[in-house]
Amino acid sequence: MPIPAIEIEGLSKEYPYGFLSLKKKTSLENLTMQVESGEIFGFLGPNGAGKSTTIKLLMRLIFPTSGTARILGRSINDVPMHQKIGYLPEQPYFYDYLTATELLDYFARFHNLTATDRSERVQRMLQKVGLETAKKIQLRKYSKGMLQRVGLAQAILHDPEVVVLDEPMSGLDPLGRREVRDIILELKAQGRTVLFSTHILSDAEMLCDRVGVIVGGKLRGVGTPGEMVGIQSQGMEIAFELTEVAKRFSLLEKATKTGAVYRVQLPEAELYAGVDELKAAGARIISVSQIKATLEDFFMNLVDADRAQANAVEVSGK
Amino acid sequence: MRNVWVVATNTFREAVRDRVLYNLVFFALLMMGAAILVGQISIGIEESVIISLGLSAISIIGIFIAVFIGVGLVSKEMDKRTLYALLAKPIERWQFLIGKFAGLAMTLTVNTAAMTAGLYLALWTVKHTLASSDVYLLTATYLILLKLTLIVALAMLFSCFTSPFLAILFTVGIYIAGLFAMDLRRLQAVNLTPATMSMFRAVSYILPNFENFNVMATVTHGRAVSASLVGQCTIYAILYGAIVLTGAALVFSRRNLK
Repeated sequence: MPIPAIEIEGLSKEYPYGFLSLKKKTSLENLTMQVESGEIFGFLGPNGAGKSTTIKLLMRLIFPTSGTARILGRSINDVPMHQKIGYLPEQPYFYDYLTATELLDYFARFHNLTATDRSERVQRMLQKVGLETAKKIQLRKYSKGMLQRVGLAQAILHDPEVVVLDEPMSGLDPLGRREVRDIILELKAQGRTVLFSTHILSDAEMLCDRVGVIVGGKLRGVGTPGEMVGIQSQGMEIAFELTEVAKRFSLLEKATKTGAVYRVQLPEAELYAGVDELKAAGARIISVSQIKATLEDFFMNLVDADRAQANAVEVSGK
Repeated sequence: MRNVWVVATNTFREAVRDRVLYNLVFFALLMMGAAILVGQISIGIEESVIISLGLSAISIIGIFIAVFIGVGLVSKEMDKRTLYALLAKPIERWQFLIGKFAGLAMTLTVNTAAMTAGLYLALWTVKHTLASSDVYLLTATYLILLKLTLIVALAMLFSCFTSPFLAILFTVGIYIAGLFAMDLRRLQAVNLTPATMSMFRAVSYILPNFENFNVMATVTHGRAVSASLVGQCTIYAILYGAIVLTGAALVFSRRNLK
């Protein structure tokens, strides 16, 4: 059985605050999960949910209050193991007195690469992230999106086995997001493991083999995007337009209107009756589609439940 | 060692690109002004005035760089979060810390060497020759450099556990206190109890003894600095610096980044 790329067991992080640091805020509570080798794993959660905390713990930028984590079967505190990891921080900021070429060469020096190899990889990466024409400009003149691209380049420069990306689409335009998605898929095709955090659910649905949803520092579920939202149909939707000869009919009262198009949602068992009613009324049917829950629905339900729970605690506390 | 060297050379490059070495222009102007003026106002003592002024300027400018840039070496990287991508690489935190220290020490060495060359040029302008005793200036600037590296180590230690503002205050405070370490050790006051005297003596040994590095009076009068003093100061700076940097590394290695 292959070793999981990332194993997290009971990881918690508390931050002391207040007078004499006597109070404690829990950012992450008893997180246990695995990321399998070769998969794209999406770490989902609203802002402040604990995604970045988890990633920073894995990158040993902060230290856990309790729990352990291993990457490629080795402790995260095993420094040589980090040769095999690539990391893109959230909203990355780099030495602004360096050019992109100099920065990538600087980071490449921490890996066992020869000068020729470094130079070749740096040029290849700059080309890959679309910064070839800006490679001699100091980073202080870069836009947020360009810095994000440099960050991605430094994360994958040394062909890491595990790539951890904290909000990789942040600050990118649609074209940039598409390019990052392509790079993530390319990494998977090469057999790499990718863990990325995001709150953009469409990216997760499009890319991930599995997702983990974290809300309020607690992991609320792990599975494929399909498993997470359930695959059963939530009903049917009929889109239609009214013709000049159309008569008034009962479904019209339930419909919502966008421009000239009406949409009505029905239980699956009532679909045929609904279609007959529309035909009889002289309406023109545009489309009939199945309604499925999205990852967004699942996500929003969790966040709403979390907020309701927090409010209940607050009210009972009063 | 490779990681330390990579961080050190980048720190040096940062100092150069952030125009830290521009202070040399100020020093050059000061020396040129002094060389022109000193001949007109101080008959017979031009040489000692130039040497005193030059060594003081080398020391003060160096202290400014050591304190302000030394404090920012780690704190700036934490504030700007430039550390994040770096510390996720296969590098130990102590290697980063020692690399930053070595980078600023390299900057100070180049800076001090350039200012020393400027001082010799000013001396030659005034005297139109250089005497064999002028070589002692090199000893004085070497000891200033040792002092500066010790200040950098202290600045880094404080910046590892407190805010940049407090770290500057602590570093300057320890420097000033360190100038009087010997006075504290020799303190003989009638109204002090033996216990208090012992405490002062203990504190005087803990404080870095910066006065030892000051040989300006000796070299200004063309006298040589004893080799034993130079040797003692070198060993003292290495040992004291190593202890301070070890403390800084211990604090930094357990520090949570924001």
